[in-house]
Amino acid sequence: MSAALDIRGLTKEYVPGKPVLRNLDLSIGAEGITAIIGPSGTGKSTLLRCINRLVEPTRGEIRLTGAGGAIDVAKLRGRALRLARRRIGMVFQEYNLVERLSVMENVLCGRLGYVPLWRAWLRKYPEEDIARAFALLDAVGLPEHATRRADALSGGQRQRVGIARALMQRPDLLLADEPTSSLDPRTSVEVLEMLTKLAAAEGVPVIINIHNVALAKRYAKRIVGMHEGAIIFDGPPESLQDDHLRRIYGGEDWL
Amino acid sequence: MSDAALPSPRRAPFAPDWAMRILGVLLIAYLIYASTQLDLGLGRFITGLGEGGRFLARMFPPNFERWELLLEGMLESIQIAVLATVLGIILSLPLGLMAARNLAPWWVSGPVRGFIAVCRSLHYVIVAILFVKALGFGALAGVAALTVASIGFVSKLFAEAVEEISMKQVEAVRSTGASGMAVLLLGVLPQVASRFVGFGLYQLDSNLRNSTLVGVVGAGGIGGTLFAAFKRFDYDFVSAILISIIALILLAELVSGRIRAAMR
Repeated sequence: MSAALDIRGLTKEYVPGKPVLRNLDLSIGAEGITAIIGPSGTGKSTLLRCINRLVEPTRGEIRLTGAGGAIDVAKLRGRALRLARRRIGMVFQEYNLVERLSVMENVLCGRLGYVPLWRAWLRKYPEEDIARAFALLDAVGLPEHATRRADALSGGQRQRVGIARALMQRPDLLLADEPTSSLDPRTSVEVLEMLTKLAAAEGVPVIINIHNVALAKRYAKRIVGMHEGAIIFDGPPESLQDDHLRRIYGGEDWL
Repeated sequence: MSDAALPSPRRAPFAPDWAMRILGVLLIAYLIYASTQLDLGLGRFITGLGEGGRFLARMFPPNFERWELLLEGMLESIQIAVLATVLGIILSLPLGLMAARNLAPWWVSGPVRGFIAVCRSLHYVIVAILFVKALGFGALAGVAALTVASIGFVSKLFAEAVEEISMKQVEAVRSTGASGMAVLLLGVLPQVASRFVGFGLYQLDSNLRNSTLVGVVGAGGIGGTLFAAFKRFDYDFVSAILISIIALILLAELVSGRIRAAMR
């Protein structure tokens, strides 16, 4: 199986000498869902944000392979970085839709790395982009909501739009940072169900940060456990035992 | 428990604020001193009331006979106000973005904030006098002065609005691979557009009011006509001008209020 993402020796220090990520190695296959679990503050979000360079890594390589060729994201600057970012879709905990734009405008934001500025400004997106946006809105179950303003939607609906926006990029890799942590249990399952289905249909590998271990085991084919900026468990959901969870999250009594 | 009957020393629930008390006494002392220095006694006030009565009597009825002069001045004031507002807003958009400390690096936002502060620091009438000296009498000086005032007001408030936006939305747009300009256009501006329009409308209101005054110093508009009428003691014409100005301002507030309500 070819790797979509190959991280080597990734270190991030927000404060010099205090690494949040410690010399981390991680290889992600070309398909399927990889769930990253671990306590708050252990660097899961930082890891995801290093991959699309919303956070600057201190050291290390982040090799991305896919339809757009092979690159080391950690070394890119300027336009090359933007071209790399458009190959990496991202779904956020708080959806991060542009609230005053319509649902359709938010979904088409996923094309901003591709279309020239004037097209975005005048809302003159290419026909095939608009057709795909409508198809994605149908696929995430919001066929009637294209012209509604994003701030008029419920949390679950917003996250669906967030997923459509990320897939609109036709990404080689999808990052999801706590995509269900702001949602109720039922909506969480529905959103994960849809994310899994659509990512499989598009053939995009997904890395998902998640606090809910049960959901992680249910939807991921691989679980990565982090503790204090290092990976201490990596394997299929079946092999994740209570003992691993104790080492990942610390403590005894909560299990 | 036997101690309960003993009188305990009274505990002060609040600390005395001596600094505030001294400041209060000083302020009262200064007010008395200043009013005696400026001859603000009751006698002076009563004399003034008599003068005011005569003045008001001569203002009535308002005289609209020279309506052509009045209309010409009013139209020029409106033109000055609209031109200055539009120019000011166009310049404030980039300046406000560059002054926002959450988007621009400090070596850009610092100097731009300094420039905006300079635009705000001088009263627009003083700026108008400067422009009259530099550019000559007439509406050009008025437009220039009010443009400077508009930049000072709109770009400062706009920069503050930009600093309050949600950076999460901006981050999401950036993560799609959008260019810097695209991030501004689709991540930043939608969050502040309605407030920016609100500032612009408010500034148009102010500029309509201010444009009636710059004429006094020779920078064009109805102010010049008003000042001339004062100097010739044509108080009935003065009152006609004042009524026209009040009508214009009320109309402008009505219209901009409607637009603001529709923008929400």
